[in-house]
Amino acid sequence: MAEPKITLAEVEHVARLARLDLSEPEKKRMRFQLDAILTYIDKLRRLDTDDVEPTSHAIPMVNVMREDEVRPCLPTEEMLANAPEREGDFVRVPRIIEE
Amino acid sequence: MSRAADYEDVIGLEVHAQLLTRSKMFCGCPTTFGGAPNSQTCPICQGMPGVLPVINRRAVEFAMRTALALHCTINSGCRFARKHYYYPDMPKNYQISQYEEPLAVEGWLEIEVGGQVKRIGIQRVHLEEDVGKLVHEGTLETARASLVDFNRSGVPLMEIVSKPDIRSPEEAAVYFKALRAILIYLGVCDGNMEEGSLRCDTNVSIRPRGSSELGTKVEVKNLNSFKNVQQATAYEGERQRMAITSGQTIVQETRLWEADRSYTLSMRSKEYAHDYRYFPEPDLVPLKVEQRWADQLRTTLPELPVERQRRFVSQYGLPAYDADLLTQSRALADYYEAAVREYPKPKVVSNWVMSELLRELLGDDEAAISKSPIPPRNLARLLALIEDGTISGKIAKDVFEKMYRSGEDAETIVRREGLVQVADAGALGAVVGQVLASNPGAVEDWKKGKKQSLGFLVGQVMKATQGKANPALVNQLLLERLPKEP
Repeated sequence: MAEPKITLAEVEHVARLARLDLSEPEKKRMRFQLDAILTYIDKLRRLDTDDVEPTSHAIPMVNVMREDEVRPCLPTEEMLANAPEREGDFVRVPRIIEE
Repeated sequence: MSRAADYEDVIGLEVHAQLLTRSKMFCGCPTTFGGAPNSQTCPICQGMPGVLPVINRRAVEFAMRTALALHCTINSGCRFARKHYYYPDMPKNYQISQYEEPLAVEGWLEIEVGGQVKRIGIQRVHLEEDVGKLVHEGTLETARASLVDFNRSGVPLMEIVSKPDIRSPEEAAVYFKALRAILIYLGVCDGNMEEGSLRCDTNVSIRPRGSSELGTKVEVKNLNSFKNVQQATAYEGERQRMAITSGQTIVQETRLWEADRSYTLSMRSKEYAHDYRYFPEPDLVPLKVEQRWADQLRTTLPELPVERQRRFVSQYGLPAYDADLLTQSRALADYYEAAVREYPKPKVVSNWVMSELLRELLGDDEAAISKSPIPPRNLARLLALIEDGTISGKIAKDVFEKMYRSGEDAETIVRREGLVQVADAGALGAVVGQVLASNPGAVEDWKKGKKQSLGFLVGQVMKATQGKANPALVNQLLLERLPKEP
């Protein structure tokens, strides 16, 4: 198999951005999987799109808006039921460690 | 070796304003400040999988109004984008913001510093959502855990980015002040910096005077007052000057302003922080702004602070200082004009509003003015009572304080407390006679040519009448009875 276009360092970078702690074998596997995706994108790139407007959305729609009206919220207890940990009415999270 | 004075500041401000909508940017949760923790959320603003955000029309219109007031070009098409980063105050791990296609670009705001009018360019105005609020146990460094309140998550935020046209810390503070006044006039933000409705980051770099290149910029966060903006900007400029003149280089970084200790602190290396991997938000279709929509909003723009200030000078003949102070908030300017309509002596009204009213009020904003127990009409009536001689100016200040405390009108207080000015020459003449008789020393001084003793004697008469005597009449009566000057 050819050497993947994506480097190990790039895999590590993307993993860190996604807060994923990958083992060495996982990094290797990701490298080949990401490479497969990039190769597929390359295939799309070969299509002639000169006359095609860039699109960001699949449906031709604009200006979908709502009026500024207040609607009922989720009760606090229900909201906190989804939290891994709580303290009073707050969601409790582990201390923040800056990089 | 270069000297510090050879370098000039290059400053740009990023201002975040919470919009005064009733509901959040993409869901119907209320935006009210101060609710019980996590009582104003729903699956959308909690970022649950599979939810569908929908744009708040009023938030878009508020941002458009702001863009128009700042002379920006409103883009005919704009899109929202996802900005990715991880922080516990943002559960879906991306913030819906705008990136390549913001709502508006290329505007300007005029400021006046040291008598000079200067235009500060506006780079962009865009919409995004606010994040939740973190509460730490102790300090960030020592906390074992953080507590999160998501009530603020999803509140509409407007970001206004200036061009790096600001050249001094003072200009930075004046710009921020002028921008705040505009937002308040437009009714799009309450401008409350303590509650965090208005926040400011400053970008500072320095460069050799005369150079047109930009130096390495440092972003300083956490500025929640005009004073902080000015001090932090000044500190950061000085820090960079010292670093460069001693041969060091400036590192592009984010620093935090420690207001209590007056210095900036590096927020540790953020080498990955700027890798936000923006991409178009697939859940929100683009916005298309028809010219008609913008034109219609333009017709609803109020008179803005600078225009109003100039009009106050030309129409009412006020000094620039008064006009500036009175137009800082729309509510105060409205109050002033309402009072002047009832009592058409602009400078007298201005003096009372600036010295008496602003001393009592806790602020000059909408909330403070609307809570004023003295409506403009009552202030006007009080001033009319001074003018027609019913009460003296001195008594009027006491009456003002009583009006403020009780909410009663001036006439009621004056009548009940018997404060009507004594302007009857007969009644006052008796008091004047007593005062002259019991202060022979002052009379002797007067004879010796000491003119100040007249003031003393007037004071004694005022005291004897509990301030109710008409001062002009007292003066006249005393001069009649005192020996003529030698």
